[in-house]
Amino acid sequence: MPDKAFKLKVGLAEMLKGGVIMDVTNADQARIAEEAGAVAVMALERIPADIRADGGVARMSNPKMIREIQKAVSIPVMAKCRIGHFAEAQVLESLGIDFIDESEVLTPADEDNHIWKHDFKIPFVCGCRNLGEALRRVAEGAAMIRTKGEAGSGNIVEAVRHMRRVQAEIKHAGTLDNHEVVAYAKNLGAPLDLVQYVREHGKLPVPNFAAGGVATPADASLMMQLGAETVFVGSGIFKSSDPEQRAKAIVTATTHYNDPDVVCKASESLGEAMPGLEISAIPENELLQKRGW
Amino acid sequence: MARIGVLALQGDFEKHQQAIEVLGHDAVLVKTAEALSQCDRLIIPGGESTTMLKLIDRMNLRNILADYVQRHPVFGTCAGIILLAREANALPASPFAMLDIRVERNAYGRQIDSFIDTVPWEAPEGQRELEAVFIRAPRILETGPSVRVLAQHGNDPVLVQQKHTLGATFHPELTDDRQLHRYFIEMV
Repeated sequence: MPDKAFKLKVGLAEMLKGGVIMDVTNADQARIAEEAGAVAVMALERIPADIRADGGVARMSNPKMIREIQKAVSIPVMAKCRIGHFAEAQVLESLGIDFIDESEVLTPADEDNHIWKHDFKIPFVCGCRNLGEALRRVAEGAAMIRTKGEAGSGNIVEAVRHMRRVQAEIKHAGTLDNHEVVAYAKNLGAPLDLVQYVREHGKLPVPNFAAGGVATPADASLMMQLGAETVFVGSGIFKSSDPEQRAKAIVTATTHYNDPDVVCKASESLGEAMPGLEISAIPENELLQKRGW
Repeated sequence: MARIGVLALQGDFEKHQQAIEVLGHDAVLVKTAEALSQCDRLIIPGGESTTMLKLIDRMNLRNILADYVQRHPVFGTCAGIILLAREANALPASPFAMLDIRVERNAYGRQIDSFIDTVPWEAPEGQRELEAVFIRAPRILETGPSVRVLAQHGNDPVLVQQKHTLGATFHPELTDDRQLHRYFIEMV
């Protein structure tokens, strides 16, 4: 599959593995994130918890604010565009952003179509809730997949659900014979060649990261143990009472996710985590994970 | 069969692990002093050099690593060569200074400027070609007299060696070509 352009895109995703990508809304937060050991920052105007609280249409961030963040740090800078809004993606490419998140956190611009991401030199990351969705995004050119989780909820349950589902479907693909794989691809709504890749290799063709609801070092460790290769933390850091300490603690816990003593030590002396939301308390039509298909 | 460590605090350590295993050796993912002590050689992978340096200091690995790299063959790729350099810009802590080179981080630009090219390599058995993947790559601005340049891209040194320390500004682990990993593992 990999042509040169795609290899470069997936290559950058490989470099981010084992790290933490943090949502930041200004240059000061970006510096705090870099200082804490983030492998990249996601530049956006409002973190998901505030987007959820404020309502209204959430769009791509102001390029001026993105530029300030790019100047403030030496690590890669990511930014979000609306699902299907390829003109926003073109603007982000023109800014020289390092990774574009075609994200359900923003208000979708197209309810039928995602962006044809192969047209861009910049790599894309997209969210998913299951294997079919993940492979449709890869077919469109995504170089990294993440769980959708439920952004801005401070509740890990949806990210766990999505990661478990993807891993279970990957495992199931591995059990299929040649006769069965076409029907499985049809049921997933995913291209046959990508389902065959998953069956053969036992993993997605691109790195698989976790996002949506990570608030504590143990949340990060949980997602890594469930098979995530890197963790996105959105509202969890700058909605907590101690962003600097918490950011550091989540970085340490992500690297040493399989060493409970280290995760324990990282969790000590932290203040209040962000307040969380019970998923059932969120009205169905306000669930961000339902955006995209 | 050799036991090759790959520093696994952050980055594309899994790709190096695969390369080592394809060549029939044992790969050890290194996050602790104990794991490091089992390794004959060490690879420092690509990733974010700032993150790696912070984690090294946070987990008190600096002295142990500094001692290890003095006494064992070490190969750094991209972020790894930055950690082995004498000097690099905008780092949160000092690198390990095993290569007498001065490096500029992200010197070619952002991700949109990342590229793949072939570079000629002065291998022990004669000239070879390497597929070189440059991702937000560093550039070597100066090399000291004891540094051997083994490959160049244009006028830029991209593969250098000083005694038992090898460094590449690109990512051999992202290709299927195992020549450089073999060279490192067999290097005296």
